[in-house]
Amino acid sequence: MVDAVRCEKLVKIYDTGGQKVVALNGIDLTIKLGELMMLVGPSGCGKTTLISVIAGILDQDSGICELFGENVNAMRSKDKLQFRAKNIGFVFQAFNLLPSLNAAENVSIPLIINGVKRAEAERKAIKVLEQVGLGDRWKSFPSQLSGGQQQRVAIARALIHSPRLIVCDEPTSALDHVSGHNVMNLLKEVALHEDRALVIVTHDARIFEFADRIAQMDDGHVVKVTP
Amino acid sequence: MNHIALKMLMGDTGKYLGIVMGLTFASLIMTQQPAIFMGILARTYSFISDTGLPDIWVMDEKVQFVDDIKPLQDTELYRVRGISGVAWAMPMYKGLLKARLADGAFQTCNVIGLDDTTLIGGPPIMLQGNISDLRRSDGVIIDIDGLNEKLSKLDADGKKIPLKIGDSLELNDHRAIIVGIAKVTRTFQSQPVIYTTYSRAKSYAPKERKLLSFVLVKAIKGQDLDELTRRIREKTGLAAYTQQEFMDITYNYFIKNTGIPINFGISVLLGFIVGAAIAGQTFYSFTLENIRQFGVLKAMGTSNWTLLRMILLQAVLVGSIGYGMGVGLTALFGYAMRHTILAFKFPWQLLVFSGAGVSIICMLAAFISILKVMRLEPAIVFKS
Repeated sequence: MVDAVRCEKLVKIYDTGGQKVVALNGIDLTIKLGELMMLVGPSGCGKTTLISVIAGILDQDSGICELFGENVNAMRSKDKLQFRAKNIGFVFQAFNLLPSLNAAENVSIPLIINGVKRAEAERKAIKVLEQVGLGDRWKSFPSQLSGGQQQRVAIARALIHSPRLIVCDEPTSALDHVSGHNVMNLLKEVALHEDRALVIVTHDARIFEFADRIAQMDDGHVVKVTP
Repeated sequence: MNHIALKMLMGDTGKYLGIVMGLTFASLIMTQQPAIFMGILARTYSFISDTGLPDIWVMDEKVQFVDDIKPLQDTELYRVRGISGVAWAMPMYKGLLKARLADGAFQTCNVIGLDDTTLIGGPPIMLQGNISDLRRSDGVIIDIDGLNEKLSKLDADGKKIPLKIGDSLELNDHRAIIVGIAKVTRTFQSQPVIYTTYSRAKSYAPKERKLLSFVLVKAIKGQDLDELTRRIREKTGLAAYTQQEFMDITYNYFIKNTGIPINFGISVLLGFIVGAAIAGQTFYSFTLENIRQFGVLKAMGTSNWTLLRMILLQAVLVGSIGYGMGVGLTALFGYAMRHTILAFKFPWQLLVFSGAGVSIICMLAAFISILKVMRLEPAIVFKS
C-alpha cells in the first residue's frame, strides 16, 4: 500500500539577505495512511518548513517528497494547485478564517475552489459543521465564536472536501487545555481514518498522547521517531 | 469566488467606506474643477451663443475674440448686404460704457446696440417686458444678474435692492430707462449687459468715426455658409465667421493668451494626483491587510488567475461606486450653484474624462495589489 507521505533526503535552504539558513537538512520521513504523525521540536528546527513542503506550498531545493506516490514538486504549477485543492486540508494555529464570511461560508471555501456550486457547497458545509458540533452556529462570524469553536470551524473546513492528507500547524496552541483536548479528540474521531493521514506540528506536550508516532526534529533533521 | 471577494471587500465597513470615500473624492475633484474650468471658458463665447439668429458674424479682420472690438464704418453694412447669398445683414454695436447709478456710483456695462427696426441680436430670454419695448423712448433691457448684483442699490441696512422696470440710470450722461429684464448667459467679465437700439447705443457711446462692431448676417436658405463667408471676405476684406467658428476663435484666444488653462490644469492635475494617492493607497492597504486571507486561499489551491479576478472585481466595484458618488456630488454642486456667479459646465465628455481617471486609479491600485498577491508565498499562512 502506498504511503501518504514519503520524504527522502529533503533539503531546503533559505537565503536571507545573503546568509544561507539550512531549514531542512536531509530529512527522511514516511507517514502512513490512517496515521496521526506529530512533528515536534524547538523553534527554528524546521517543522513548519517541513509541513509546507509536504503540503506542496513550498518547493524543496533537493530530495524527494512524494504524496500518495506522486512527486508534487515535479508537477506543473496548475496541476500542483489542483492536487493541493483536492488532496490537502489545512488547520492553522491562528485559525485563518476569513472574518467577513460566516462559519458555513468559511467551511465551504475548499469545495468552491474545487468547482462546487456555492449553494451546494454551503449546504454540505452545514452538515460538516454539525459533525464538529457547530450545526447551530453556521451563521456565526468568526468574531462571534470562541477560540475552540473557531478551530472547530477550521477543522470542518479542512475536512469538507475529503482530502487524503490534513496538515495542522499548532492546532491547540491558541486554546486552553480543555478546548485543546476537545479539538484533538475531534481530529482523531472525525478527521482520521484509514484513507487519510494527519500531520500535526506542535509544541504542546499535552496533546502528544493523541499521536500514533512522533517525529522529533532538531536543526533541520529528524532525530528520532517514536515509537 | 466572486461572492468571497465582495464579502472580503465589504466585511469591514469602515475600511470599505474609506476606499469608496477616497475614490469619491478623487472623482469629485476630477469632475468639479474641470466643470468650473469649462464653465469659465464657455462664458468667453456665451454672448455669441446667446445671439442665435445670425449664421455669420462679420467684423474687422484684426478682431481676435468677441470682446476685441475694432469698429467698422456703417457703410460696411451696405457692402455686406449687397453680396449674393445674404438674406439679411444687421448692424450690432458692442462696447463697454460706464453707467452712473442713482446713488452716484459708476459701473462698467456691456452695451449692445441692436438694429432699430428688427431688433435682431437681442437677449435669448425675456423675463419681464418685451424686446419691442426697446422702441420706447430711452428704453434699455438689462440682464437679471446685472440688476441683482452690480447695478443694485444698497438700502440703509446695506441690503441689495435690485433695479426694476421703470427705474433709470445714466449711460455716458444720457438717461436710460429700464423697460425689460432679460436672462442672458453670464459673460467672462460678468459685466451687466444692457440691450438698446443701435442708434441709441451710438448716442451713448463716445463720439468716434466708426461705431459698427459687427454685421450679423443670415444666409439665404440652402446657401453654403463656408462659401458665403469666403465670398464676404473676398468682396469686403473683412473677417467673416460662422457662429461656431467665431466661438472657436474666441475660445482659442482665451486658451492661448490667458493663464486659465495652466492654472486650472495644475489644479485638476493636483486633484488627480491627490485623489489617486488617497484611493490607491487605501485600496493597496486593504489588499495588504487581507494578504493573509489571500495566502489562505492560495494555500488551499486558488489560482493566481482567480485571485487576480477577485481583486479586479473589488477594484471595479469600489471604482464604480466612488465614480458614481463623485460625479453625483459634482452634479449636485452644479445644481446648487446654478443661480450664483460660479461658472459650471458639465458635458458628457467630462463624465468620460473622470471615468477614465477613476479607472486608471483603480487599475493601478489593483495592479500593484495583484503583483503583491501573485508574488505571495502561500507558506505565509504557517507563520503566526
